[in-house]
Amino acid sequence: MNVLDCTGVKKHFTVGKGAVLHAVDDVNFSIRQGESVGLVGESGCGKSTLVRLITRMLDPTDGDIIYRGRNIGFIPARRFAGTQFRPKIQMVFQDPTDSLNPRHTAFDAIAEPVRRLGSVKDLERVVAEAAKMVGLPDELLPRYPHQLSGGQKARVGIARAVVMMPDLLVLDEPTAALDVSVQATILRLLADLKRDLGMSYLFVSHDLNVVRMLCDTVIVMYLGKVVEQGPALELFQRPAHPYTRALVKAIPSIGGRPGEREVLQGEPRSPINPEPTVCRFYGRCPQQRDRCRTEAPLLREIRPGVVAACHFS
Amino acid sequence: MSLLEVKNLSLEFRTRSGTVHALQDIDLEIKKGETVGIVGESGSGKSVLSFGILRILDSAAKVTSGSVTFAGMDMLGASERSLQEVRGREISMIFQNPRTALNPIRRIGKQIEDVLATHTSTLREDMKKKAIEALAKVRIPDPERRYSAYPFELSGGQCQRVMIALALACNPQLLIADEPTTGLDVTTQAAILSLISELARERKMATILITHDLAMASEYCDRIIVMHAGHIVETATTADLFNRPRHPYTARLIASTPGPEQSIATLASIPGNLPDLRRNDLPSCRFHARCEKAQDDCVTGPLPSQAVRCLHPL
Amino acid sequence: MNAATLKHIRYVATENPVTLGAFILFTGFVLLALFGPWIAPYDALASDGAAALKPPSAAHWFGTDSLGRDILSRIVVAAQLDFGIAVSAVAASFAIGSALGSLAGFFGGWADRIIGRIADTIMAFPLFVLAMGIVAALGNTVANIVIATAIINLPFYIRVARAEVNVRRNAGYVEAARLAGNSDLRVLALHVFPNVLPPMMVQISLNMGWAILNAAGLSFIGMGVRPPQAEWGIMVAEGATYIISGEWWVALFPGAVLMLAVFTFNLLGDGLRDIMDPRMRT
Repeated sequence: MNVLDCTGVKKHFTVGKGAVLHAVDDVNFSIRQGESVGLVGESGCGKSTLVRLITRMLDPTDGDIIYRGRNIGFIPARRFAGTQFRPKIQMVFQDPTDSLNPRHTAFDAIAEPVRRLGSVKDLERVVAEAAKMVGLPDELLPRYPHQLSGGQKARVGIARAVVMMPDLLVLDEPTAALDVSVQATILRLLADLKRDLGMSYLFVSHDLNVVRMLCDTVIVMYLGKVVEQGPALELFQRPAHPYTRALVKAIPSIGGRPGEREVLQGEPRSPINPEPTVCRFYGRCPQQRDRCRTEAPLLREIRPGVVAACHFS
Repeated sequence: MSLLEVKNLSLEFRTRSGTVHALQDIDLEIKKGETVGIVGESGSGKSVLSFGILRILDSAAKVTSGSVTFAGMDMLGASERSLQEVRGREISMIFQNPRTALNPIRRIGKQIEDVLATHTSTLREDMKKKAIEALAKVRIPDPERRYSAYPFELSGGQCQRVMIALALACNPQLLIADEPTTGLDVTTQAAILSLISELARERKMATILITHDLAMASEYCDRIIVMHAGHIVETATTADLFNRPRHPYTARLIASTPGPEQSIATLASIPGNLPDLRRNDLPSCRFHARCEKAQDDCVTGPLPSQAVRCLHPL
Repeated sequence: MNAATLKHIRYVATENPVTLGAFILFTGFVLLALFGPWIAPYDALASDGAAALKPPSAAHWFGTDSLGRDILSRIVVAAQLDFGIAVSAVAASFAIGSALGSLAGFFGGWADRIIGRIADTIMAFPLFVLAMGIVAALGNTVANIVIATAIINLPFYIRVARAEVNVRRNAGYVEAARLAGNSDLRVLALHVFPNVLPPMMVQISLNMGWAILNAAGLSFIGMGVRPPQAEWGIMVAEGATYIISGEWWVALFPGAVLMLAVFTFNLLGDGLRDIMDPRMRT
C-alpha cells in the first residue's frame, strides 16, 4: 500500500466576481513506502498549495487524498489536529527563522508535538533523543531562536518534525535559507534520517541539483498542473517537457556558459479562469504550435516511467 | 585605468554588544567595463562593502582605515552633496527583494521619472516617453500600459526589471547588483542576469555582482572576489578560480556547491561557524578555526595581501 | 523567575537610565498605593477649621486645604484610590478587549465583522462624554467609574490586538503549531498571543496613565468620587477655586503628582517591552 495517493486533487480559490484561481488542478501522484519524491516548479505553480493540502492545513475543492488507504481528504482541516493521522504527516519549513516561535526555546519547539500528540511521560528523554538524532547539542536546547545560527535553527525544525516518527515528511525548501557550507550537512542528515526512520519524503525545492541528489522520483508542476513526472536522473538527463527543459537549462553551473540556455520569453498565463483547451505553457513555450492552443495536452507516457503533458515530447 | 579602487579599507560597527570588525584590509580594483563577482556567504561582509563604497551605511558604521576612489573622486572624504550626485548617476545599485525596494505607493513610470528628474536635464514633456523607453529596454511587456502600474501589480521578475531600469536610467559607469536574483525563480533569474549582461556590454558599464551563488558568478563574471568574515581571501579570473583555487576556503566552497556531477556523498561542507567579529583577539586569518591546513603562523600573521590571503595556499 | 530573567532585567534597567528612573518612580507609587494610609502623617479626612488654607510649612509640607486637611496626607491616601481605579479598569479592558481583538484578527469572517461593529459603536461617541453618560446612568460610585473607563477603553485594545494578531497569523510557527496538533483556539491563545504581549505592554502602560487621567477627569467634574474622599482629580477641582485668591498649593501639588504618575507610566511602557521581548536578550 502506498503511503500517499493523490487522485484528481483540485484546489480552486474564488478571487472575485466569477474569477476562480486554479491553484491546483487535477493532480495525480503517489508516494510509495520509503520513496523520496521531489516536487519542483516555480512560484505560482501550486506546489505550496499542494503541500498544504497534503499536510491537511487546507481542504481540497475536489479529489482524494489518501494516506495508507484511508481518505484523509474528507477530514476537514480544522479537525485534523485531533485525529490519529496528525503525527503521521509532518513538515519541515523553509525559513527556520519564521517557523520557530520567538518566545519558545528549542526544547519547547521540539516538545510541542510530543505534548500535543504523544504523552508527556519521559518528555525530556524523547526531546533529547530527537536532538541527538539531528545533531543538535544538548546545551542548545534552552536557547531561543535568535540565539541560534541558521544551521542550528534548521536542525530544531527537523527535530520537531521527526520527533513523533512520521510516515510522510514534507520538506518545503529545507535548505534554501541556509548557506551553502551548511547545506551538505543538513542534506546528509535528511538522507540518513530517512533511512533510519523509514520515512517517505515529499521534497519541495526550486534547486534542481539538490532534488537530483536526494530524490528518487520528481514531479514538475506548472500553473497548477503536473507537466512531467519521472525518475530523478531521467528528468535531468532527458527532460521530456519543454518547461522542464528550460528549467534544467536555466540552472547555473560552475563552468557552464549562459549563452547555451534558451531564456523563456513571454509572461506566464493567468491561473485565473484558465481556458481548458489551451496548454498552460502556451505563450512561453519555445516549441508551441497551433495545436497547443486548441487542445490542452494530457499526461501521457513518453518512455517507461516517464510521463509528460506535451503533444510533441 | 581603474574605475573603482579600494585600498586597505577597514570598517567597524559600534553596537550595544561590542564593536563588530566588519571589514578588514579590503583591497580591490574594478576596471571600466568589467564584470566582477563578489562571492561570500552570510556574514562575509559583501553587502557591507558595497554599501560602504556608496557611503549609505548606518551611522553606527565607522571607517577605520583605507580609501575608496571612484573615477578619481575620493568617496570617503566627499561631501554628502557630491555623493548624491554620484549615486544613481555614476554608480547605481540594485537590490535583493525588488518588491520591497520599490516605493509601493508610487506608479513605476513616475519612479523612473523621478530618477530622470534628479540626475538629468530631461524636459518635462519628454519624461513619459523616456520612461516608457526605459521600460522597453528592460523588456517589460506592454510598457505603455505598465507605465501606470503599481509595484504590487507586477511579478517579482518584473519588479526587478523596473529596478534595473531605474538603475540604468542615467547610464552609470558602475552598477552594483546586490543579490539581484535571490527569491526569483530560476528561469526568471536566467532572464534577469542575461539582461544585465547584455545592457552592461552595450553600455560598456562595469558591474559588481554580489552573490552567494558560486555557479551564478562563474557564468556571468570575468573576475571573482571571494570573501569570508570581512576579509577578501582570494581574487582571480573566473577560469583560474575554478580550475585552480588557491585558498582553502575557496576550494571548500566550490566543493560544497551542488552541481550536476555531485552526489550527497561527495558534496562538501565547511565545519564550524563564523568567528564572532566582536572579539578583539581574532586571529590574522579568520578562517583559521575551520581550515584543515591551519598552522600556528595563521593565527599571528601577517597575511600576504596579494591575490590569495593565505600563508599556505593550495 | 530564574537567574537569566533577573540578569536581563538588571541589564535593561542599567542600559537605559530613563527606564531605571521610571521603574524607581513606579515602585515608589506602588508602595504609596499599598501603604499610603499608614505612612501619611495626618488623617486624610480629619478637618481642622483653624488650620484651613495654610501654605506649605514644616508641619504641613504641602499645606492645607479649605477644610484644614493636610494635603500631603490626602495625596498619599489618594494614590491608593487612583491606582486602584486605573489598574482595575485597564485590567478589565485589556482582558476583554484583547480577547475580542485576537479572535477578530485570527479568524476574520463574521467574528471580525461583529467585533468591529462593537468597537465602532463605542468609538462613535466622544469617549469622555460616553464615560460621563455611563456613570450618570449607573450611579455615582467608584465602581462605576471603573466600568465606564473600561468600556470606553475597549476599542483601543481590540484594535491593537487585532492588528498584531493579524500580522502573525500566517507566520511559519503558526502552521508548525497546527502541525503539532494544536486546535485553532490553542494556536491563538498559546502561540500567537504570547508574541503579541510585548507590543501590548507598551500600550498597557500608556493606557494606565490615560486611565488615571480619565478617572481624575471624571472626579474633577463631580462624577464618581464624592467628598470627603481623597482623590487627585477631586483635589485639583477643590483647589481650582483657590488659585485666583492666591492659595496655589491646594491645586498644584495634587496636579503635579497626577502628572508625575502619568509620566511614570508612559516611560515604563518601553522598559516593560524590553523585558518581555526575548529578542532583546543576548
